[in-house]
This record gives sequence, structure tokens and C-alpha cells, in this order.
Amino acid sequence: MKTVEGLYYSSDHEWVKVEGNKALIGITDHAQHNLGEIVYVELPEVDDELEKEESFGVVESVKTASDIYMPVSGTVIEVNEELEDSPELVNEDAFGSWFIKVEMADNAKLDDLMDKEDYEKFCAEEE
Amino acid sequence: MHRYIPNTKQDRDEMLDVIGANSIDDLFKDIPKSLRLDRDLKIDDSLSELEIRNHMKKLGNKNQTIDDLTCFLGAGMYDHYIPSLIGHIASRGEFLTSYTPYQAEISQGTLRVIFEYQTLISNLTGMDVSNASMYDGPTACAEAGLVAADVTRKNKVIISKTVHPEVRKVVKTYMKFRDIELIEVDMKDGVTDVDKLKEVADDNTAGIIVQNPNFFGIIENLKEIEEITHNTKKAKFITYVDPISLGVLKSPGDLGADIVVGEGQSLGNKLNFGGPTLGFMAVKQKLARKIPGRIVGETVDKDNKRSFVLTLQAREQHIRRYKAISNICSNQGLNALMSAIYLVTMGKEGLKEVAIQSLQKAHYAFDKITESGKFKPVFNKPFFKEFAVKSDIKVNEVNEKLLENKILGGYDLGKDYNDIDNSILFAVTEKRTKEEIDKLVSVLEVL
Repeated sequence: MKTVEGLYYSSDHEWVKVEGNKALIGITDHAQHNLGEIVYVELPEVDDELEKEESFGVVESVKTASDIYMPVSGTVIEVNEELEDSPELVNEDAFGSWFIKVEMADNAKLDDLMDKEDYEKFCAEEE
Repeated sequence: MHRYIPNTKQDRDEMLDVIGANSIDDLFKDIPKSLRLDRDLKIDDSLSELEIRNHMKKLGNKNQTIDDLTCFLGAGMYDHYIPSLIGHIASRGEFLTSYTPYQAEISQGTLRVIFEYQTLISNLTGMDVSNASMYDGPTACAEAGLVAADVTRKNKVIISKTVHPEVRKVVKTYMKFRDIELIEVDMKDGVTDVDKLKEVADDNTAGIIVQNPNFFGIIENLKEIEEITHNTKKAKFITYVDPISLGVLKSPGDLGADIVVGEGQSLGNKLNFGGPTLGFMAVKQKLARKIPGRIVGETVDKDNKRSFVLTLQAREQHIRRYKAISNICSNQGLNALMSAIYLVTMGKEGLKEVAIQSLQKAHYAFDKITESGKFKPVFNKPFFKEFAVKSDIKVNEVNEKLLENKILGGYDLGKDYNDIDNSILFAVTEKRTKEEIDKLVSVLEVL
């Protein structure tokens, strides 16, 4: 299982890369591995305002379809449209394939998220 | 003679004994006596097969169908020519009895039919994707509203008052139970009032629905309405169309529609006393995963032979039920088959011919009816195969007179539009002959 230093992780297996008050959000390598071959990614639209833990899209693999949840609250300012045409990119590079870019409503909420070490432990316990 | 129930009194007593009941009435004791019928049904004594056949035949003969009358009634259901080929193919057992492909991939015939149907509907509407058909036009239209609300995450749908009144009622019912606000936009001179549409179309709009040709048979300015729709942030442009009209009109796809729906009855389906018919729905590629029903794709099997598969049913109720936006999982398979055979039989040129003849005959009828001034046009707009005329005479009187002359008259517009009275909507299809139209005109003249 691959993880990356410096990212925040949620218990729903999303990662967050913070840049000031903006954040990139994707799903972890662990998540893509468990989902299997991803065939479709449904994304929100720019300007959608979403609360933490609210569903912001769907990842559909040959095995299942799973909702993906907001690890932070915020407004969508960009979506990675490339994923709509090439969902397999998530399998190839989960941390390189961001889903959405948001302007965060409240940076303090980041404290609820895990760092690399905690997330690795979390995944090991989940196994 | 006694009604035919195959079990004997002894059989029934034994069954009651097993479940510990004394009589049949015991089985209903949970229902209060006051709610039970304490007498026999008011039905005459049973008849023999021969007697009942004769009885039913007599009753049936009271009906006057479009085989007995000359039909100028439309308003959503049309008396178009149906090639006899359709009945022969559609009544084959493997089509007539198959319901829905539950074990999809072994139902290659059914899948192929759906694939062909979807291809034809996509081509006809100028869209990328069609589902496998729906109950009827009105429900397809309502579902289109739900799709728009789902993709835009908005809860306001706008519909023009020139959309068929029954379609609007069905859409209203669907929206009501999804907490979607439905706004009806007024009309002006028989078409959607675009100024009023501009006032209500805003960034909170999920979709705008217009009918073309509209309920009065008039061609709407779709280009203008498309622009108004797409000038909002997200709204989807939904058109409800008469498929026959696409033989001469520009396709909705070319005019920027996002969702095209309509009633498919005209495509080789009988009037069936108002149903069953079929609804069609076609969308742009981007909405493929949001539509109700299923999509069949073409592929090859391991021996490289052409084959068909259920490719997509992303919004069907059995796939992530809580995410479904529709509870429609059935399609009108047999009706869809008939419309597919119709389109293939007629071909591009045939459909065009049907459309042109309907248009020309409708215009001939309109010119003749309005010639003397007894009947006046209600609107002054280009129309396809239906038109409204008014006079001083009540519509039911007109229709009664027509019926005496074996003519099924038009639709009374006053039933649905308060400000339009003594107005009648006539439909003229390619089936009508010059003699039939002239007869209609002569009966109207002597009223």
C-alpha cells in the first residue's frame, strides 16, 4: 500500500492536499486497490457547496459503486474532467489523480483527519 | 350451469380443515361486517360459451372505432398508417411473450431488438443515447425532469403551457413528490411566451420543457428557447416531440436539446384505446448514466461473433436502489419493437413522405375549413399536422354532427384552456384522403 507524506487522510479513504485555504481531494491508493478496476467517476460541478462528510461523487468499479465523501467542507472550484474520460488513471496513480479542488470553509476541520502514519495504522487495523 | 371452479366442495372442506377454519367466511373475519358485501354480486346467471361469445360480440359492436369512422382527432395519439408487416413480426411468440431480459445475455433476440430500437431513436432525434423505452410520453417527460434535477442538483423545472395538458399533469405529479417546484410558463399566440420564460429562467433552474410541434400543432422557436435555457448556469433543455414530425423538422439534437422525449405511438402502434403505448427518451452522451432504464450495447463474443449485452443501467432501481432517480425498470418492449419495425420499414424516405403528406393534407384541410369564414383560425402560426379553428358553435355540437356523418371530430380546447372557447383542434395524417377532407369541410359548412 502506497501513502504519501504531507497529505491528510480520512477514514473514508480520501486524501487531502492542502495549499493555503485550497485543497485537492482524491481517493487513496488503498481505496483504489480495494475497488479494483475503476470504470467511471462521477464528479460534482464547479460552485457546488459541500459539507464535510457529504457525498461529492461516485466511483464505480467493475465490482461495486461507492460514494466518495468530503473530508473537509468547502466550495468546489475545479473538477478533474480528465477522470470522466479516463477513470483508469485513478488505478494507475491514485495520489496523482485528484478529483476536485475546493476552497475550504474552515481549516480547523483538518485536525479531525489523519496523517500518513495514523492512516497506515488505520488501514492495518481495518484489514 | 355453474361458474367454473375446478375444486369440489370436498376439496374446499379439506383445505379449510387443514388451516382450521369452518367456512370460507371465516377467512374474512378480520374485515368488519359493515364493510362486507352481504349479498351476491349483481351479475346475471352464467351463460354458455356460445351465449357469452354472442353477448360480447353485441357489446363490442356498439364501439365505433377508427375502422368505422374517419378520424380527425389527434391531441397526442394519431391515426397514422401501420404497415401490416408490423403485426406479423410482432406477433411471433418469441417477441410477444418475452417480458424483459432478466438473464439478459441469453436473450440475444430481445437485446438485439432493443439495440436496433435505441439506434433508430438516437438517429431520429439526433441524440447520442436512447434508453429502451418507457411507459408512455408523459412519464418519459416527467422522468426527463427528474434527470435534469438530478444532474444539476437544482429543484426548479419550467414547463410551457403549450405542452400537452395531460403531460403537464403527469409531470406535476412526479415533481410534487420529489419536492421539485414546477413552473408553468404562459403562452402567447399559441406558442411559449419567451419574454415570460426569460423572467423565470434563472441559475436555479434544472430544466426547461417545451413541446414541438406544441399541443396546438404549432412549431415553436426552439433555437430561441435553447438559448434562454443554456444562458442559465446549468439548466437542461428538454424537448417533447412528435417523432413523425422529425421526418421534416430539424432534429432536436441539432437544435441543442439535452434530453428528447415523446410519445412513440405514431410509430406503427395502434391507438389501443389510449394505451399501451411507449415513451421514448434520448440524451446527449454526458447524461447517459443519469437516465432511467437500460442501454444495450453491441460487442463480439469469444468466437468473434456479433452479440449484444446490457451495457448500462446506472439508474435502475435494483442498482443502488437508494440512488435510483426512477422506479421505472420495465420498458415497453413490444411497443418499442413495433416502432423499430415501423422505422425500418418506412426508412428515411418513407418517414419523410409520411411527414410531408401529413403536413400538406393538414394545410389543405385548414385552408378549406377557413375559406368561407365560418370557421376562423385560432392562431396565426406555422403548424405541422394539427391546427385549431373556432366558430360560434359549441364544439360538442360540431363533433356530434360530424359523428352522425361517420367522422370522428377534433379535440375541444376549452376543456384545458379557459380563455380558448368554441375552439377545436383537428389532426390530419397521411391516411386521410382528399375525399375524406372534403367531406369534413362540407359537413362543417352546413352546420
